[in-house]
Amino acid sequence: MLEITNLVKRYGHSEAVLKGLDLRVEGNSVVSIVGASGAGKSTMLRCINRLVEPTSGSIKLNGTELVNLKGAELRRARRKIGMVFQGFNLLDRLTVMENVLAGRLGYVSFYQAISRRYPPADIERAFVLMERVGIAHYANKRADELSGGERQRVGVVRALMQEPDVLLADEPTASLDPRTSEQIMMLLQSLASELSLPVLINIHNVAQAKTYTERIVGLRHGKMIFDGQPADFNKDALDAIYGGIEAPDDAITEQLGTAVEEPRHDAV
Amino acid sequence: MVDHAQRLADRVWQRYDRKERLIRYAVLLATLMVVFWAVRDIDIFWPWVWDAPNQISNLGARMWPPSAAGLSGILNALLETVHIATLATFLTIFLALPVAYIAAQNTTPNRACLWLGRFILVSSRSVNTIIWALLFVAIFGPGVLAGILAIVFRSIGFIGKLMGEAIEEIDRRPVEAMEATGASKAKVVAYAIVPQVMPAFFAIVVLRWDINIRESTVLGLVGAGGIGVILQGAIDTFAWPTVATILIAIIVLVLLGEAITSLLRSKVL
Repeated sequence: MLEITNLVKRYGHSEAVLKGLDLRVEGNSVVSIVGASGAGKSTMLRCINRLVEPTSGSIKLNGTELVNLKGAELRRARRKIGMVFQGFNLLDRLTVMENVLAGRLGYVSFYQAISRRYPPADIERAFVLMERVGIAHYANKRADELSGGERQRVGVVRALMQEPDVLLADEPTASLDPRTSEQIMMLLQSLASELSLPVLINIHNVAQAKTYTERIVGLRHGKMIFDGQPADFNKDALDAIYGGIEAPDDAITEQLGTAVEEPRHDAV
Repeated sequence: MVDHAQRLADRVWQRYDRKERLIRYAVLLATLMVVFWAVRDIDIFWPWVWDAPNQISNLGARMWPPSAAGLSGILNALLETVHIATLATFLTIFLALPVAYIAAQNTTPNRACLWLGRFILVSSRSVNTIIWALLFVAIFGPGVLAGILAIVFRSIGFIGKLMGEAIEEIDRRPVEAMEATGASKAKVVAYAIVPQVMPAFFAIVVLRWDINIRESTVLGLVGAGGIGVILQGAIDTFAWPTVATILIAIIVLVLLGEAITSLLRSKVL
């Protein structure tokens, strides 16, 4: 169970990005977090695994307080928090298998890491997960030879290799074309139930949020202004979240314009 | 219609306006004045300049034909020159990489380390190899050791600075991803940084090896080993045919080095 209480994040002396957020996520629920750019979605997610330092508040994962952890304790806690990124954040010059096994870096010794002598159980888990998402035949290909959708699958598998207690996905589909992003959303949804894993997804695409997740959280200016089921997410909620910032139609179709890092077949 | 034609005629385009043009002329004038001043000031003895063609043909005649007498000695010295360059480049890698790591903004542990790293790089680069060689000959006596150390000390600045820049230019996102897995600092470096700077590393080391071959040919002039030692000896004893052979040997060596490095660059990178 992930429990965020009164989370505040302020950069320097400027206005706070997060102004006292409360959020509880239990079981294997898939939660989407929607909001305009700058609403604090990404900051909230990064506070959970402490890529961003929270200013105050409490974040508990299965009873462990994450906010005050340091050094080795923080690294131990991070192992249990998987993260999927908008730009995939792969190790481009390494193979798909090395990328996937990198998800075990928190568990293996430094010698095992640099000599690539991972425990057989890790390698087995890597193949099982890669087969599950359909990239096992790429195991020895370089990560930058894959297309956008395939690269994001590598990112997802890497996060799952950590045997996480929670999965964070920061705009996982924003760099993908519409069809591929649907596939990735479907994948996250089904993996969540297969592995009974809570998943938090930052997403711009409201239509996809309603289709593939069972709970929607709306942020605006660092405050939660909607928390409910997709069925309750109506025009009023949309206006409250995006109103005066961008047209609702744009919020839904924006995806089409942001396929930035799409296929990279030419990178061979 | 008339209006339209009139407007076209009025439309004048000039790359520079009057002020810009004045500035450009002023800069040109200042440059010419500096050149004129420099030539006036350095006191060239012109009769010697006019006599140069004579001297060249004279020296050429004394050098020709190159003597093959000391060829095996020359080849040995040449090999020693290459060994100096290779050993020095190899040693430099171990010394320069830690310096690059602390001198790069994104990996340095703290500000003190950053400035220490930069200080090492600047002092290494601002002293010429020959000056380093003079210093080490004074400390360790003449010989190959002084030459190797001289090249190492100059190369640390070169490899360290370029590697530091390569580290600063990496994509930060894989670093973030590795931190998120709970990996320690060393593992983050090994997985997210090292693979990204590998191509730059090979290119820089090969380039420096090439430069070091050329630098080690002159080390002997100050007694720090290599082909330069026998070149100096031949000049001092007016053995001009031998000097010619040595010069040809050096040119061949440098061309070989050039060929090997470009081959490595095209095959490996």
